[in-house]
Amino acid sequence: MGAGRLYVAVAAGGFRRYATYRAATVAGVFTNTAFGLILVYTYMALWDERPHLGGYDLPQAITYVWIGQSLFKTLANGGGGVETELMERIRTGDVAVDLYRPADLQLWWLATDLGRAGFEFLGRGVVPFVFGALFFDMALPADVTTWLAFLVSVALAMLVSFAIRYLVALSAFWLMDGTGVIQMAWLLGWFCSGMLLPLNVFPGALGEVVRALPWSSLLQAPADVFLGQADPLGTYAFQAVWAVVLLAAGRMVQSAATRRVVVQGG
Amino acid sequence: MAESCRLDAGVHRRAEEVPGGRVREGVRAYFLIACMWIRSTMAYRTSFALMTLTNFATTALDFVAILLMFSRVDALGGYSLQQVAFLYGVSSTTFGLADMVIGSMERLGRRVRDGTLDTLLVRPAPVLAQMAADQFALRRLGRTSQGALVLGWALLRLDIDWTPLKVLLMPVMLVSGCAIFCAVFIAGAAFQFVAQDAAEVQNAFTYGGTTLLQYPPTVFATELLRGVTYVLPLAFVNWLPATYVLGLPYPLGLPEWAAFLSPLVAAVCVGLAGLAWRAGLRSYRSTGS
Repeated sequence: MGAGRLYVAVAAGGFRRYATYRAATVAGVFTNTAFGLILVYTYMALWDERPHLGGYDLPQAITYVWIGQSLFKTLANGGGGVETELMERIRTGDVAVDLYRPADLQLWWLATDLGRAGFEFLGRGVVPFVFGALFFDMALPADVTTWLAFLVSVALAMLVSFAIRYLVALSAFWLMDGTGVIQMAWLLGWFCSGMLLPLNVFPGALGEVVRALPWSSLLQAPADVFLGQADPLGTYAFQAVWAVVLLAAGRMVQSAATRRVVVQGG
Repeated sequence: MAESCRLDAGVHRRAEEVPGGRVREGVRAYFLIACMWIRSTMAYRTSFALMTLTNFATTALDFVAILLMFSRVDALGGYSLQQVAFLYGVSSTTFGLADMVIGSMERLGRRVRDGTLDTLLVRPAPVLAQMAADQFALRRLGRTSQGALVLGWALLRLDIDWTPLKVLLMPVMLVSGCAIFCAVFIAGAAFQFVAQDAAEVQNAFTYGGTTLLQYPPTVFATELLRGVTYVLPLAFVNWLPATYVLGLPYPLGLPEWAAFLSPLVAAVCVGLAGLAWRAGLRSYRSTGS
């Protein structure tokens, strides 16, 4: 079996595993829609006070909310993907089994996470978005190319998201209890990805900084491609650079960590 | 501390002797279990301190979002930053307390699925008390203290025309608000007996509820306001009493005395949630594993 086919199979497994929990998926859709509603009304009050805040008009701001609710689980902005499981395996030592597999540790987990993200995108992303489009005045692109450009940006965002969470998970090799790291990652991911407020609404230097950080790939970047606020190619380059840098960092940390496992005797 | 934390056989015996003993027994069991969890957390003091601090910081993000909004505008839905901070403070403090006291209930779905609820059923203490105290996390004080700080700041900065009635309404609002959120947690857990792995629906009402109440009622659509006033009466946690204290117009054109209904609404909510819980527990069939 070719290496490529192996990882496709792993990804398909990840997709199927998350697709098993139907009631949980319905519950998640309900909750994302409820939070979307709350956010939409606060944004409407905000944009009512300051039209064109952050360069968005009101329909664009509303669209931003529903994109956020749709991608929230897919991109696991604050965490909650496969990294919790990997962390647990590192803590218990089960990761030794993963290392024995004739597959690369990072690629294996990347494939699993992409499978998961793919399911969350279809299973949990579509409904809140459609709900938003039905009940609110949204800025939907008229041309197919923008929709496709958006999907490419979402795919790149999946890579960046995994790369960040993989680093978080690997920290468990050094810190037996990863609760603190998970909380910090959640804090940063939530704040810096634009889930609280679009990053272009953040004032001054704070705004400049958060927009340059990798987390802006997770919601701000695809949303701006969708809303026609950013050039797709420039956005892809930004996301790809962060993906490569973070995945490479993950690889380095991984090799340092696996040496540790051998020393400990796994 | 060590003495009071011992789970002794007396827990069960007392129930038949005292009228209303079931409640006392529950409260007692609750405190014993909570105490045990506090002791176990305190074994790692640094970890506890850090977790409380992160709990404080993560929940403070909601207020940071509000501050960011007000860095761009002077008012939201006709409310000033101080007035929004007042709403936020009450919502966050009451929810934080309810989450600390009874928030563990949301784990019910998992316990039903993996069969560990059975362990609680055979113990001589009310299941509700055991569920609520399970993995009691004192670190959740982080949210409450953060909410209380914001509330304190708002009270200092607001120019409220205090009357004895308004002063009295403050503690009443906090206690009733906490009770209403507790009822939501209990009802949510009861719902999980039916929908076992749909725990996330509960989040829409608990975390979603507190987020909703952090913003002025004037921001939301009338249908939504009606829903959280007449159906799931979250509006009585802070919107109605707070608008009275702040001297602002009421949502939905409600009469002025509606602000004082919070304790009554809280009592009804807790009663109904209790009934739902009993019905849920009765319908429970073990996984049999």
